[in-house]
Amino acid sequence: MPDGTFLDATELVLNMGPQHPSTHGVLRVILKLDGEKVIGTECVIGYLHRGIEKIAENRTYAQFAPYVDRMDYVAAVSNGLGYCLAVEKLLGVEVPPRAQAVRVILTELNRIASHLIWLGTHALDVGAITPLFYCMREREEILNIFEKYCGARLTTHAFRIGGLQYETYDTFEEDVRAFCDMFLPRVDEYEELLTGNRIWIGRLRNVGILNAEDCKAYGVTGPLLRAAGVKWDLRKAQPYSGYEQYDFEIPTGTNGDSYDRYLVRIQEMRQSVRIIRQALDGLPGGPIMGKVPKVIKPPVGEVYVSIEAPKGELGYYIVSDGSTQPYRVRVRPPSFVNLQALDKMCRGALVADVVVVIGTIDIVLGEVDR
Amino acid sequence: MWVDTFFFYLFALVTLAGGVLTVTRRNAVHSAMSLILSLIGVAGLFLLQRAEFLFAVQIVLYVGGIMVLFLFVIMLVNLDQAARMRQFSGQWWLALACVLAVAAQIVYVLSRGSGAFRFARPEPPARGGNVELVADVLFKQYLLPFELASVLLLAAIVGSVIMARKRI
Amino acid sequence: MDFYLITAVKAAALMGFLLLTLLYLQWIERKVIAHVQVRIGPSRVGPHGLLQPVADSLKLLLKEDLIPPHVNRFLYLAAPFLAVTLALLSYAVIPFGPEIEIFGVRTRLQLADLDIAVLFVLAVSSMTVYAVVLAGWSSNSKYPLLGALRSAAQMISYELPLALAVAAPLLLANTLNLREIVERQDGFYLGLLPRWNVFQLPAPQILGLVVFVIAMFAETNRVPFDLPEAENELVAGFHTEYSAMKFAAFFMAEYANMITISAMATLLFLGGWLPPWPAWLGSNWVPMILFAGAGALALYHGLNAERARDRRTLPIVAAGFFGASLVFALPALHALLIPPFWFLAKVGLLLWIFMWVRGTLPRFRYDQLMRFAWGTLFPLGVVNLLATGLLVALFGEA
Repeated sequence: MPDGTFLDATELVLNMGPQHPSTHGVLRVILKLDGEKVIGTECVIGYLHRGIEKIAENRTYAQFAPYVDRMDYVAAVSNGLGYCLAVEKLLGVEVPPRAQAVRVILTELNRIASHLIWLGTHALDVGAITPLFYCMREREEILNIFEKYCGARLTTHAFRIGGLQYETYDTFEEDVRAFCDMFLPRVDEYEELLTGNRIWIGRLRNVGILNAEDCKAYGVTGPLLRAAGVKWDLRKAQPYSGYEQYDFEIPTGTNGDSYDRYLVRIQEMRQSVRIIRQALDGLPGGPIMGKVPKVIKPPVGEVYVSIEAPKGELGYYIVSDGSTQPYRVRVRPPSFVNLQALDKMCRGALVADVVVVIGTIDIVLGEVDR
Repeated sequence: MWVDTFFFYLFALVTLAGGVLTVTRRNAVHSAMSLILSLIGVAGLFLLQRAEFLFAVQIVLYVGGIMVLFLFVIMLVNLDQAARMRQFSGQWWLALACVLAVAAQIVYVLSRGSGAFRFARPEPPARGGNVELVADVLFKQYLLPFELASVLLLAAIVGSVIMARKRI
Repeated sequence: MDFYLITAVKAAALMGFLLLTLLYLQWIERKVIAHVQVRIGPSRVGPHGLLQPVADSLKLLLKEDLIPPHVNRFLYLAAPFLAVTLALLSYAVIPFGPEIEIFGVRTRLQLADLDIAVLFVLAVSSMTVYAVVLAGWSSNSKYPLLGALRSAAQMISYELPLALAVAAPLLLANTLNLREIVERQDGFYLGLLPRWNVFQLPAPQILGLVVFVIAMFAETNRVPFDLPEAENELVAGFHTEYSAMKFAAFFMAEYANMITISAMATLLFLGGWLPPWPAWLGSNWVPMILFAGAGALALYHGLNAERARDRRTLPIVAAGFFGASLVFALPALHALLIPPFWFLAKVGLLLWIFMWVRGTLPRFRYDQLMRFAWGTLFPLGVVNLLATGLLVALFGEA
């Protein structure tokens, strides 16, 4: 007999991605398995790195605005809003109320679109193939509104520094209202398919638990943090773009597991509709562009502005050296920070849970890698 | 009748070939597959004897159940090392002696012709195959041994579960 | 010689029918799922995508037959072959109808009337796991291996509740012959309720049917038990490394197994080819009315079609339905056509449930799947079997 027994092949190293159906893009996760149990993970990122932050140093402030849409491309409007807010703060420009309200409407529509993509793909990962198509059906309506407004559907570049470039189109209000009326029953439809489904609950409950302390330690924000029971939403905590005028709730969970995150995001979609309706009701008239100089040349200084993007806190840190180009732009992407918690959430779980956890973090690799 | 004879030799060949391959293959999975082949050959022989129930049980239990578990274990084992190991022990001369002894017996018996054997002519079974016959014998005549065997198996199952538990 | 000739003709007919069904079952599934998901499904190749299966099989046939260099060649090639062979083998014993007379020859709508048909089907289905296990192992790759291991454990686990569920109706029928099992279910209670095994006194097999249906989803690796090929975790499971016609073989085997197991459910629990209500209440006229209704519907949509193409194609479909309706309207053909109609209708209903569930449910996790098999399904099967045995012993007709 040989010295060692050949039965000790218990540890298996499995490479998941970058070409894998459910790593949501080009994420590569190296799993160390004991049977089907995960004893460790390692994330390899950077397959979609385009050097967006570096590009910013060679573009003028206005030129760089379309680039931010390419980070979280399913929530391009939010990205644009954050960047515009940051530059406006640097310039000290006041955005007119009408532009603020339209920004809120479009951003909240985009939040719904982002959550719909998340819900569809997450359900697909768990094996339910049908919700994806329902989600896409509703998202289509949102994209149609975007297209009518600014001509683009995905990477919209909807806002400009200082306000909006385009006035809303003629039937904008009717379209958005029709969408809101149509959308709430559709959310009930998704819930009918999933919320009470015992297989769905079995796959999600107590999977990928991340409690409030861990969330804070990792810097995890967004629905993940709220599902852990922390009532933290930048729209309430440090309101921007006139969010202080709107009445809405911050849905929270208790366990911080995947099922709570699912419930939180579903509720957030409903709250978004609530905000959109209020914004439409009080939509002011007036100009849509603030007083922005022809050449954007902010004074020397630095600024950090963060907004509540669909996936969490999206921050822009911009340093100006007084020229027409930023000296440095640093983005704090929610996906990237939230992804750090993957290992913590996967350890001790099964292979099938890894897919659920990746889905529940709601990452977009364009934003992780930039 | 020639159909029966043909199939008898076919199944016998399959059984024997499977058996030989089982012990000679270096790859454990191939060995297991050969054993399955051999078991299927035996099932075929049962079928020729009009013992359909035994045929089905042979397939369901041995081929469909036990051998799958075998394969399951073999697949988890690191085969590269196993394949490199020496497969024959140094006692081939003892094995050869045994084989020769058995062969001599068979040749002796065969040389005495078919008159030396008393074959029990199987009467054509009642309808429903011989399921009822097997059940009758098993549950009436040999009820006690049957139940004892099942208790023994149960004890083995409980024992293996406990032993597996200890390791976890 | 007649025997061999008739058997050969029946085998050829069965094979042709089966392959066509397999081809179009895939089309039907795609259409059903598409409509569940607010899509329209295949619609480009031929009218209503009817030639899509042909196009797909041609594509798979013409693809490069790729064998990865790291596989265990012999077993890698044997696995898909085994899958299809075993999947088609069961059909030899499945009866589609009673004894009929056609062209002056009396014959059974069945290839081989085996006395142990039920055991035969169980034996064959217990061997299907080999195709999956060997495919996974011989691919010599991690994802297929994990898929194969899962599959082996799953199929062995679910075979037990399946066998327990099968055993109970056998106690009622007191035979292992599928044809006789169906014949024992003939008749009606109070002239109305069929004496199918689901309803048969003294031990209605409702629980048995439930256990069987759940276990059959697991046995055929369908949603929500499709773990061996859970594409979101294991890429494509055991057939990750297969392409072209070898992949198609696994695909075919899956559909063939679905039909087999649906047919078994129909024969064991749902009265096979027997009508759901007596002939004097008009059960013989159901197919005629059904086809006529379908024809009328197709004609209506053809006349009020939005697309110009439908205006041409739908009336043709309608004509086909009306033709079928006419065929079923001839009382002379009733004895020949009505039993297979009911059999295929019941099998079709079960197949439709397969598709419906696939459009609706998420997937189990591996440990939940196992716990469900051993913790829920297996005890239910045992309870059902014991209760049936007791009831038959106490109240059965000797």
